[in-house]
Amino acid sequence: MKHKVATTINGRGRQDEVEARLLLVHYIRDVAGLTGTHVGCDTSQCGACTVIIDGKAVKSCTMFAVQAEGRQIMTIEGLADGDKLHPIQQAFWDEHGLQCGYCTPGFIMAAKYLLDTNPTPTEDEIRKGLEGNLCRCTGYVNIIKAVKTASQVMSGGAKPAEMPVATPASGS
Amino acid sequence: MAITQMIGAKIHRREDPRLVSGGGRYVDDLKRSNTTYAAFVRSPYAHAKIRMIDPSEAKKAPGVIAVLTAKDLDGVVLGPAPVAPAFVAEKKTVPDRPPLPLEEAVYQGQPVAMVIAEEKYQASDAAALVHVDYEPLPAVWDLEKALQPDSPKAHTALADNIAWDLTYNADAEAAFNEAEVTVKERILQQRLAPTPMEPRAVMAEWSPHEGSMTMWISNQGPHFIRLFVGGALGLPESKMRVIAPDVGGGFGSKISPYAEDYLVPAAAKITGRPVRWTESRTESIQVTTHGRGQIFDVEVAGRKDGTLLGMKVTQYLDAGAYVGTFGAFQPCACLIAGGGYKWKQIAARTVGVLTNRVSTDPYRGAGRPEGTHLVERMVDLFAREIGMDPVAVRKKNFIQPGDFPYTQNFGLVMDSGDYEKALDKALQLVGYEQVRREQEEGRKNGKYIGIGLSTWIEICGFGPSAATAPATGGIGLVESAQVRVTPTGSVMVWTGTHSHGQGHDTTFAQIVADTLGVPMEQVELRHGDTGEGTAFGYGTYGSRSLAVGGMAIRRASQKVVEKAKKLAAHAFEAAEEDVVFDQGKFYVKGSPDNAKAFGEMAFAAYGTGLPEGMEQGLEAVSYFDPPNFVWPFGAHVCVVEVDPDTGAVDMKKYVAVDDCGNVINPMIVEGQLHGGIAQGIAQALFEEVVYAEDGSLRTGTLLDYAIPTANEMPPLTLDNTVTPSPSNELGVKGIGEAGTIAASAAVINAICDALAPLGIAHVDMPASPDRLWKQIQDNRGKGVSSNGSGARGASGMAGAAQATPATGQDPMPGTENRGHVEGTGGPPPGGSQGSPQQGGDQQMGGERQ
Ligand code: FES
Ligand code: FES
Repeated sequence: MKHKVATTINGRGRQDEVEARLLLVHYIRDVAGLTGTHVGCDTSQCGACTVIIDGKAVKSCTMFAVQAEGRQIMTIEGLADGDKLHPIQQAFWDEHGLQCGYCTPGFIMAAKYLLDTNPTPTEDEIRKGLEGNLCRCTGYVNIIKAVKTASQVMSGGAKPAEMPVATPASGS
Repeated sequence: MAITQMIGAKIHRREDPRLVSGGGRYVDDLKRSNTTYAAFVRSPYAHAKIRMIDPSEAKKAPGVIAVLTAKDLDGVVLGPAPVAPAFVAEKKTVPDRPPLPLEEAVYQGQPVAMVIAEEKYQASDAAALVHVDYEPLPAVWDLEKALQPDSPKAHTALADNIAWDLTYNADAEAAFNEAEVTVKERILQQRLAPTPMEPRAVMAEWSPHEGSMTMWISNQGPHFIRLFVGGALGLPESKMRVIAPDVGGGFGSKISPYAEDYLVPAAAKITGRPVRWTESRTESIQVTTHGRGQIFDVEVAGRKDGTLLGMKVTQYLDAGAYVGTFGAFQPCACLIAGGGYKWKQIAARTVGVLTNRVSTDPYRGAGRPEGTHLVERMVDLFAREIGMDPVAVRKKNFIQPGDFPYTQNFGLVMDSGDYEKALDKALQLVGYEQVRREQEEGRKNGKYIGIGLSTWIEICGFGPSAATAPATGGIGLVESAQVRVTPTGSVMVWTGTHSHGQGHDTTFAQIVADTLGVPMEQVELRHGDTGEGTAFGYGTYGSRSLAVGGMAIRRASQKVVEKAKKLAAHAFEAAEEDVVFDQGKFYVKGSPDNAKAFGEMAFAAYGTGLPEGMEQGLEAVSYFDPPNFVWPFGAHVCVVEVDPDTGAVDMKKYVAVDDCGNVINPMIVEGQLHGGIAQGIAQALFEEVVYAEDGSLRTGTLLDYAIPTANEMPPLTLDNTVTPSPSNELGVKGIGEAGTIAASAAVINAICDALAPLGIAHVDMPASPDRLWKQIQDNRGKGVSSNGSGARGASGMAGAAQATPATGQDPMPGTENRGHVEGTGGPPPGGSQGSPQQGGDQQMGGERQ
């Protein structure tokens, strides 16, 4: 049996008929066609599916699509302002906060919630704030750096260069 | 050099704006019209006879299009899955690996049937309705037990469980006869799940009219998949196109073709509909190949003055139920067991063992972390035995910069290195003397601080065709590149490597931009599609992409410049030798003001009035066959404090000084090291694939297979030295696996150093709190001297010789080899006695609390 569900994703309202058991993450990916939200596990550990629902970071594999009835959902696709990357996206780019990129949308959405609720987190608070997300590529070093940079930029601090080009190689 | 000077610069990655915006294109993001979905029925048993499979109920379920079993593949999939033939020459038993077994399932999770349905959920629903009648059979999953003559066999038809038994060097007796001291240890390498964040995924579409297959796969080397899967489907390579789009990490687990990689295209052919399958994480931990799974028995001989003389090493490798396609690469651990040190002799033997578990195959480092861990551990044990600082022992035995090229004990020629320089830099960064003082102070106050070193070396950049072709069945692991310049000067580059996080789009574009002297924005890099570019690409693994693939790109770019130069000489009506190419411009010597840009020559190349005999166009293909492997190295130093009451390890400092030769993009190199070190630390402290007594997987989710979160990773201090490789003109070496190769030894050495006052000389991985706590309690109970350095006294020559029977043909010497040699001063007949408390309990996991 199918159920009606009405949601707003990235500012756009939509209505669909879905099975009651359809996971929200599959609704976002397969029904709404927004594949930037990823699936990295089947036990809600990895955070690759993190989206923002009514202002809160949510692992979208932990909800059914029907539970999103009437909710405002923001996915990675809705974060940038047109061509202009959100400061967190920009910081992940600037600080080499991603390698394969699979975990990245989830981390960025989790970081957004973290910075929305705590605009100037300490390193410890960043680590704790992101503990629901797993990355296998970066060792988290540059992810943490990226969130720090984003926090600075968003709270009006130093703005890093738009697109840094060649800087001299380090090394001896 | 060229104006752009991109090589060596920290260029931000070109792939990122897309990836941070949700614009990635991973296989599960792709869809063809009319796509259907696959789900697999998997054996719940480690070993079972399949009496009967009844698909009738499943076939009636909503949306089901087909249920396939082994019989349905007759004539569609030909022959068993391949095993790279000869990494180990003396293979004994290589069981056939059918995509679906006909009558015997040999590991838990092995697919036995496949369901195709209109929708994803329908496929899973129906898979649960396939009735399989199993008869459980005795299974073996313990490496040691598998070697006992009365062990159950991994396949009922086998006479024993030995996949291979190969001795590389038989003899180390002369070195051991000179010994004043010997130390012995059993070193365990637990099974690890590679766990790329994107699980495996495959989609296939069959075009009946062309008789051709297109396949999308999350994979590190699509050309090999085309070769293997196309071959099994009876398709010529021209009718098989394999595309590996964005790939969310691989770490070695996405090289080999899996059962599902044959089955999805086979199902597409049978059903005539596109078929997609994406692995769940539970499936990934269960059936994606594992790494490591080895036991090493090692003995080292040396002199009291710190001179290392000889080593005897035997590797027992849990191959799993089938020999992994590249599983037999892992014995290379033996070949680098000498590390960066000079040895008179090293004897080495590898034994591959079949068990009822999923195959082991390469996982980041593949043999080199194991080799490094064992030699770095043994050097520390030796240093402790003779009461010398581990730094001093290393420095005394390092191969010196003037010794290169250095032919090591297995005939491999190490290309370059300056090991002491890297070590000194690392010691300075960590403040070695200061930390030693803190350690001493701490010990007075019941604090257990330890310092661990890992002066690692690596062989990578596979590889010279002469060395690799015999090992792969005829395909030399060279690399190809194609560089094509369009009339208006756009540069298209195809590489046979594959990027799944390594940033090739950026690094390789830097090389091309510099070589052609054009802005980087003009260079477009393509990879991962067998339908484009050169005839064969060899893929990304073994830290080879830059040192081999980057060189192919460099050479192809140079060929393009050569042709453009001929065109320029023609245009200038000058002799070619008089034309200078500098920073993207051609001019005649002495007249730099009258220059022609590279783009002008590109346009001219497609026009008329070319030099006599020259064809139109401006493009080149190059295959680079390196003259040697490359040999990166470095020094990692880890400082830990262990809480003796809880067994918790607090990582206080981690310093890494690495040398990968010339650096193209330092930002990317650092990123590779971060991730690599994280995986090494994870092996040392957290991760282990654990099986229950019935052979079923206990660590089947990310809740209990504990890959680290941001909370568990310490801050890292990185630095480097630069010793250009003489093996290629770019002077580069690989860096993708370096961190993982180095890190586990640094961490475990630090823990052992911290626990030295308790008489603990060796700990197994993962050094989880429960394991350490237990070991600490045991040793406290016994008193300090039970396993302390004094217990393994320096032995006389006769004692040493007695203590270690030469590697015999006894498959595994058994428990007597566990732990350290104790009191070999007066040799009893029969030699050594082990200390059983050092034996590893492989069933203790690092479960997330
Ligand atoms: S897919 Fe939702 S937490 Fe992993
Ligand atoms: S960038 Fe690959 S998993 Fe995080």
